[in-house]
Amino acid sequence: MSDAIQAEGLVKRFGETTALAGVDLAARTGTVLAVLGPNGAGKTTAVRILATLLRPDQGHAKVAGYDVVTQAHQVRQMIALTGQYAAVDETLTGVENLLLIGRLLGQSRQAARRRAVELLDDFALSEAASRPAKTYSGGMRRRLDLAASLVGRPRVVYLDEPTTGLDPRGRGDLWRVVRNLVDDGVTVLLTTQYMEEADQLADDIVVIDRGRVAATGTPDQLKAKVGGQILVVSPVSDSDLDTVVGVVAELSGDEPDVAQGAVSVAVGDAGLPPAILQRLTAAGVRVAELSLRKPSLDEVFFTLTGHRASAEDAGDDDENDRSAA
Amino acid sequence: MTTLAHPTSAGLPAPTSSVSPPAAIRHALTLAWRSLVQIKHNPMELLDLSLQPLMFVLLFAYVFGGALSGSPKAFLQFGLAGIITQNALFLSMNTAVALNTDITKGVFDRFRSLPISRSAPLAGRIAADVVRQVWSVAILLGVGTLLGFRVETGLAGALGAFGLLVVFTLCFAWLPVLIGMLVDEPEKVQVFGFTVIFPLTFASSAFVPTATMPGWMQAWVKVNPVTLLTDALRGLMVSGDVLRPMLGALGWAAAIAVVFAPLALRAFRRRT
Repeated sequence: MSDAIQAEGLVKRFGETTALAGVDLAARTGTVLAVLGPNGAGKTTAVRILATLLRPDQGHAKVAGYDVVTQAHQVRQMIALTGQYAAVDETLTGVENLLLIGRLLGQSRQAARRRAVELLDDFALSEAASRPAKTYSGGMRRRLDLAASLVGRPRVVYLDEPTTGLDPRGRGDLWRVVRNLVDDGVTVLLTTQYMEEADQLADDIVVIDRGRVAATGTPDQLKAKVGGQILVVSPVSDSDLDTVVGVVAELSGDEPDVAQGAVSVAVGDAGLPPAILQRLTAAGVRVAELSLRKPSLDEVFFTLTGHRASAEDAGDDDENDRSAA
Repeated sequence: MTTLAHPTSAGLPAPTSSVSPPAAIRHALTLAWRSLVQIKHNPMELLDLSLQPLMFVLLFAYVFGGALSGSPKAFLQFGLAGIITQNALFLSMNTAVALNTDITKGVFDRFRSLPISRSAPLAGRIAADVVRQVWSVAILLGVGTLLGFRVETGLAGALGAFGLLVVFTLCFAWLPVLIGMLVDEPEKVQVFGFTVIFPLTFASSAFVPTATMPGWMQAWVKVNPVTLLTDALRGLMVSGDVLRPMLGALGWAAAIAVVFAPLALRAFRRRT
């Protein structure tokens, strides 16, 4: 199966800031590629290049076989973009927003109206169809934005942090839309800071950190990279944490992660947990919990990049990405 | 949800490699339609488009008219041309606000990711703004006529005045377009409107004869594009010189377009 998206060595600088420092990525046709990374990683910049909104300083990319710089017009006939900020015209009604896109795409009046009605129905917006979009809730606006991007039946869809700011139900709805798109053979590139989202939806994941690719692979491959399992040790008393960290670091030969009174580290060696328990007991540390589990993508990210993919300041950096663009 | 996309890619037309000129015009007209539909849903804008000229006419005619010219009617015969000019310039700031709003809200990103003519969003907006200008000039002339204003030169003169106004505002629009690209939020456009357009329209022959102004000001007033445009409109609709001020106004229009169009287009490409 061919790649719907192929990018090689993408570099983009905004003045002093290097947003992308040589990014390769590929999405197989009819699959979901998740671009995972914290704020400021360069996700939005990559999407904007692939959507022909920005020219890369170096490197090149092809979408559906067309070059994003030299064949931008062809690329635009294949793609649709849904940004972090719902780009609908707030003064127009839901149906007018969709008619506008349909007409711009060269659909006849009747065809555009048919498609608009169809999409409004699909996205549960029929009742609000003739209300101005400014009266919509955040979730409704996001759905309208997504509907607008699907008017032209794109072959490749970019979703730039589509669930940022959505409640769990909205998130679930969006996930369903993504799965339906893929069922129809559409290729989806989705950026996210949520590990769970990438895990749930993606066939392949590209982890981007500070403008570089930190890792690529399927969710399972990335989890395996961390060493298969995560050992979690929590002492009864927090005052023993330092001792636990010391012992775990020494025996695993790795820098453990400390959070909420628990020390965790990736382990490959099955003999490690008993050895750690033995040493801690000898040191007089009472252990409340010692367990093994599969690593979350969050831990994968931590292991790959050395820092957490914090979602706390969501939106900030991509704001920068935009204004710099 | 089975209608999201094509079930298969078979039967899709091959993509075209460029936008044909008729398609580009259609894109611009569609976007002009969009910009005019906005008025339907935002009655405040219609009010703004109608009330502002109405207020200009009423205030100038009844507040200044008697003192300046002896009667509101006599004032309008002189001052309506100036009110038309001032209204046109203030209205042109809407172009800047609207473009800036589209950029900051991400609407332009959507347009630019579509296979449409690159210039259509700009052209569509400007076309729609010409329609807005026509509407407010119609109101100005209608209300002016009710209050006693009379075109003394005939239909050809009035149409000529109207044509000149459209040409001038189309060229002048490049300045608001540039402002719309440069400021980081729509509200800041208003500041520009007040600090530049207000003095520009008042230090002119728009509302009063210039004879009583200090000499240094007269020197500016004589070459002020607002003076030239107003004098030409006045000449075309009522009486007075036409050719000299008209050439001057067109010269300014051309100069503004030549300087600001490339700057605006460059900013447009960079910003969007």
